[in-house]
Amino acid sequence: MSGLEKLPTHIAGFDLVARGGLPKGRTTLVAGTAGSAKTVFAVQFLVEGILRGEPGVFVTFEEPPEDIRRNMLGFGWDIPRWEAEGRWFFMDASLQPEEVGVEAGAYDLGALLARVESACRKIGAKRVSIDSVGAIFSQFNDTSIIRAELFRMAAVLKRLNVTAVLTTERTQDYGEISRYGVEEFVSDNVILLRNVLEEEKRRRTVEILKFRGADHQKGEYPFSVVPNSGINVIPLTTALGQTSTNKRIHSGNSELDGLCGGGFFRDSVILVSGATGTGKTLMVTEFMSGGVEKGERCLILAFEESREQLFRNAGGWGHDFAELEKSGRMKVVCVYPEAMSVEDHLIQMKAVIEEFKPDRLAVDSLSAIERITTPKSFREFVIGLTSFVKQREMAALFTATTATLTGGSAVTDAHISTITDSIILMRYVELHGEMRRGLTVLKMRGSPHDKEIREFTIDANGMHIGRPFRNVSGILSGNPVQISPREELDRLGGMFKDDE
Amino acid sequence: MGEFYRLTLYVLGSSPKCQAAIFNLRRILEEEIPGRYELEIIDVMEHPELAEEDKVLATPTLIKKSPAPVHRVIGDMSLTEKVRLGLGLGPKRGIVQRGVVD
Repeated sequence: MSGLEKLPTHIAGFDLVARGGLPKGRTTLVAGTAGSAKTVFAVQFLVEGILRGEPGVFVTFEEPPEDIRRNMLGFGWDIPRWEAEGRWFFMDASLQPEEVGVEAGAYDLGALLARVESACRKIGAKRVSIDSVGAIFSQFNDTSIIRAELFRMAAVLKRLNVTAVLTTERTQDYGEISRYGVEEFVSDNVILLRNVLEEEKRRRTVEILKFRGADHQKGEYPFSVVPNSGINVIPLTTALGQTSTNKRIHSGNSELDGLCGGGFFRDSVILVSGATGTGKTLMVTEFMSGGVEKGERCLILAFEESREQLFRNAGGWGHDFAELEKSGRMKVVCVYPEAMSVEDHLIQMKAVIEEFKPDRLAVDSLSAIERITTPKSFREFVIGLTSFVKQREMAALFTATTATLTGGSAVTDAHISTITDSIILMRYVELHGEMRRGLTVLKMRGSPHDKEIREFTIDANGMHIGRPFRNVSGILSGNPVQISPREELDRLGGMFKDDE
Repeated sequence: MGEFYRLTLYVLGSSPKCQAAIFNLRRILEEEIPGRYELEIIDVMEHPELAEEDKVLATPTLIKKSPAPVHRVIGDMSLTEKVRLGLGLGPKRGIVQRGVVD
């Protein structure tokens, strides 16, 4: 038996989580606490359809249409225009406060159903949103009648082959699905929207609880509500199955190319980890500059330093960023990490990347983002960014700052090491009372690479990678120990000695 | 002499609840305000646009459009006292009814 046909919602990112969209011709329940963006979801579901030639009916039990028209203007949705064009129909079923009703005997919601059916036929609706069920329960005394009628409504919509969203209230983000137990009789399809306070940060997530007879991703996916675009879901699809080429690119430093077995791969994600001042930003600078030289488009997203600082630093290493930007092939975008939530950062970064379409991307640094969020959200951010970058086949270099000066690994590394293709570690090495710098290519997916820890120096011409540290061990753990050549030979000999 | 009542009753086709509502309502009106009312009966299946205008959800729904204030009564009109209350007719002469009305 094949799965149910899906209707793409075109709500950004949602269809990836829903594996194609909402079950077509069915009613899906969208449950959430107050402020979880249910109404935005319901409105956007219609808007995205209308923008693609599918008219929609919006049944409002709660807010009067006038309020919705006004509130949605901030997303750039001009509902009155669509109404005038006959593509949007408002069915006002909100409580009329001036006309208090009396119940005098048996009734049903036949008029409501007749109105919905008539409105759908009139504009040829493909989508219907009903917001929200709780408000209709408060308009009538007999909840069993409302339940039965909502069930009938779902059947009517199914007959009309209309795909519908029905919102409902929840009293808490984790607990019973909906206040009136609507899910049990109305819908086989349930989506939960959450707005949870976590470590003093608001975190919005969407979870598809069930799609009867159809496939979907499990678990919670973060989303953000963005001005001028509405809900943006961040699908955490891992970057498997992306095409990967064997094409090499110049890292910006010939010696580094050598260590990596001939340069970075065209579509790979490289993580550069090191303590503050070890030369991560220099590596970013050379990576960018090397790209522009080859005629590639390069984008820097900087979270640690201001434009002035970045440009001055680059100048100090012999790279003129102002000149490179003038060529139109490079762009530097500086963002203050605390300016917005991590979800909004990701959405903005994606937008900048989409617009500039770089061949190379540098993010300096991920640690600045990590600072403003929770480990869970940060992990989702990294996965979201990585999979986005991989789909676009660009080379991306991310930097991460380690907490300790020598050795040590940041939390960051643990999160992202498995999804990055290459890892370069930069470390301070204290030797003979002197701070020196060491670098090693820890991992290079799909390629042989240099495995030694090499010393490097920085001067006005940039980075110079030299010889491996000889007769020193324990650099990566932060405790370099000088060992004599004699000991080293003994140790190596010992490793391969046949005990028998 | 009392006021004149303009009433609209929304029904759904020939459903039993709606037939009962018409029957019960006529009886009450004839008893209480004979000759002083105008009752319009609208089938929402035939005129959904009128139901839309009056924002009717339930059937049967009775709307008292005048005298003011506008008031709604929903149901098959079997609860006479509730209907009287909804129409603003006051309690029945001589008998004070409370609680369940059969």
